[in-house]
Amino acid sequence: MMKSIDASGMDFSELNRQLREAEGGAEISACLGQRFIGAGMGKRKIRIHGVPGNALGAYLNGAEIEVFGNAQDAVGDTMNAGTILIHGSIGDTAGYAMRGGRIYVRGNAGYRTGIHMKAYREHLPVIVIGGKAGSFLGEYQAGGVIVVLGLHTDGGPIVSNFPCTGMHGGKLFLRSRCEDVLFPKQVTARPASPEDMEELRGYLKEYCELLSMDLNAVLDAPFTLVTPDSANPYRQMYVAN
Amino acid sequence: MSGINYIYPDFEVVRRDERCIRCRVCERQCANEVHRFDPERDMLISDESKCVNCQRCVSLCPTRALKIVRSDCRLRENANWDGDTIREIYKQAASGGVLLSSMGNPKPLPVYWDKLLINASQVTNPSIDPLREPMETRVFLGKKPEKLTRDENGKLRTDLTPQLELSLPVMFSAMSYGSISYNAHASLARAATELGTYYNTGEGGLHEDFYRYGPHTIVQVASGRFGVHEDFLEAGAAIEIKMGQGAKPGIGGHLPGAKVGPDVSRTRMIPEGSDAISPAPHHDIYSIEDLRQLVWSLKEATEHRKPVIVKVAAVHNIAAIASGIARSGADIIAIDGFRGGTGAAPTRIRDHVGIPIELALASVDQRLRDEGIRNNVSLVVGGSIRSSADVVKAVALGADACYIATAAVLALGCHLCRTCQTGKCNWGIATQQPELARRLNPDIGAERLTNLMTAWKREIMELMGGMGINSIEALRGNRLMLRGVGLNDAELRILGISHAGE
Repeated sequence: MMKSIDASGMDFSELNRQLREAEGGAEISACLGQRFIGAGMGKRKIRIHGVPGNALGAYLNGAEIEVFGNAQDAVGDTMNAGTILIHGSIGDTAGYAMRGGRIYVRGNAGYRTGIHMKAYREHLPVIVIGGKAGSFLGEYQAGGVIVVLGLHTDGGPIVSNFPCTGMHGGKLFLRSRCEDVLFPKQVTARPASPEDMEELRGYLKEYCELLSMDLNAVLDAPFTLVTPDSANPYRQMYVAN
Repeated sequence: MSGINYIYPDFEVVRRDERCIRCRVCERQCANEVHRFDPERDMLISDESKCVNCQRCVSLCPTRALKIVRSDCRLRENANWDGDTIREIYKQAASGGVLLSSMGNPKPLPVYWDKLLINASQVTNPSIDPLREPMETRVFLGKKPEKLTRDENGKLRTDLTPQLELSLPVMFSAMSYGSISYNAHASLARAATELGTYYNTGEGGLHEDFYRYGPHTIVQVASGRFGVHEDFLEAGAAIEIKMGQGAKPGIGGHLPGAKVGPDVSRTRMIPEGSDAISPAPHHDIYSIEDLRQLVWSLKEATEHRKPVIVKVAAVHNIAAIASGIARSGADIIAIDGFRGGTGAAPTRIRDHVGIPIELALASVDQRLRDEGIRNNVSLVVGGSIRSSADVVKAVALGADACYIATAAVLALGCHLCRTCQTGKCNWGIATQQPELARRLNPDIGAERLTNLMTAWKREIMELMGGMGINSIEALRGNRLMLRGVGLNDAELRILGISHAGE
């Protein structure tokens, strides 16, 4: 049974306390900038109307969060499992060091999306951005999958400057030929092959279902796949002293 | 151009053949492969170019046939161009590499602890005999209320924010599983539990076997967030956010993929063989406000049951930085001085960046007092605390407790050969090679750490007793108990102490 929480004038500690108690899930109305919503929480549904504050779903451990609007910075910081679905756009550093789970965004993302994203055994984190991504996309990416679709970008570039800086694991799919994107030396960017597209279909299936989008139409475009050349990019830098 | 790149070995292996019984212990014990048995000549021979002077072979030679001495083959050094400086140029000219070193800053920069002297009572305010009279060395780390308050029934309010209780003002500071071995971590965890203090996971996650030591564990969250997940945060007694480290302020960490074997991969939660890169900054922290966000996100995730420590390196504006941290919601500030150890740091950073912990501590304590926010936080200092006297001096300068790591690994058998970065530690400490790690017995390791801390505790009580102080709390920030020798006016002013004789 979903619990209804009117978050007007409520501080984040009280809001989280009520969410922790709501094991059957909760629907938050009038959310206005409360930070850390759902921090560390396990299985339950959290639906948010309004705008949640920074660090939504930090250390998330299995909960499913849905936001009917925009979210701010640090969505899914160090997230371990669960799903965060955003119907609007998100701010900077989404999915910082995220190890598992899904972040699905219909709109755009700010700087440093997926920074230091990891993967581990059965954990394979996935971030899908429907619009465009800001600078430093996938910085230090160590694992997992980031997909940027570049829909409704108003003609701007699908990603801003310096994507994949320090990338040493994982994959990045961009729905573009990326002719105008400058990648660093230690990664390889190439057109996605039919096998890559099949893999991508798996990542996008749930996204399209949840956001009522046509999967085939989304896939019917040239995609670029970026992967790092080495899991040990700094091996030759040092001399023992 | 000359391709000759010869660097004469630093050490000589001296073997007295009349004592050598050809047992070949030295050969088996040396992971650097210095010793080798030559069956044709029926003798052991050495390749001293591989020797790091860790003294493992010397310690285990049953007939004391071995010694390692510093080579007297010298370059033509002078006061400006010493041998190390010249050799570093050769190494870089040959490799193009950044120089990488281990353990703390070895430069002859001032060690202020050695220029501070402790007071003792004479005639008035009699000294106390710790063997006969009760002495309190316990400390509690965390926020302290500004004043006592009572509820409506007149009862004292005792609902404090979470605190760490230490039986003595010393904890084992952060060393990750990865930089040190499983058995080294086991030794630290057991000793911390036995002693009633804490050890620190470092940025390497927590091995599943060590969750049971959680009540005496500080779990660390750093920029790479390795192994950080809900169970890990819940497991510890406190959470430490690592912003910086004394040995390498301003730069991140980098565990090479070669050291990320199955076990390290499991605790860090990354694939085997992949580099574990901790970026230099936390890329979501650009301000005290941002730090506050990380502090509070950790508190929310753990329902405000655990104190949060923010660890920074001692750098030039440390007092202002600490003032910001004290306002961020952190419960404890840990400051690491420039002599702090490390498993690997670029030589230039280690030797030239940061400031001495003594000066940092004194200026931070004073600043927080001046601003009326000293009770917002406890202060923990590290960066080469070598003895109980250093602890007493640190407390008198304003610390609530100290962090030790180099002293702790010395207790475990480290001989400070300063080649941790090779991963071939013959003492089984800074290595992930199973046959080397096995050499450190965690039962003995834990016992030796417990011995060391027990001895320090006795000495701390003795020094306190001499001053006529029977509680460590009464020593904290009591700078009248210190005098300086051979210090200039600026140093005395920053330390907030008088010169000896004044």
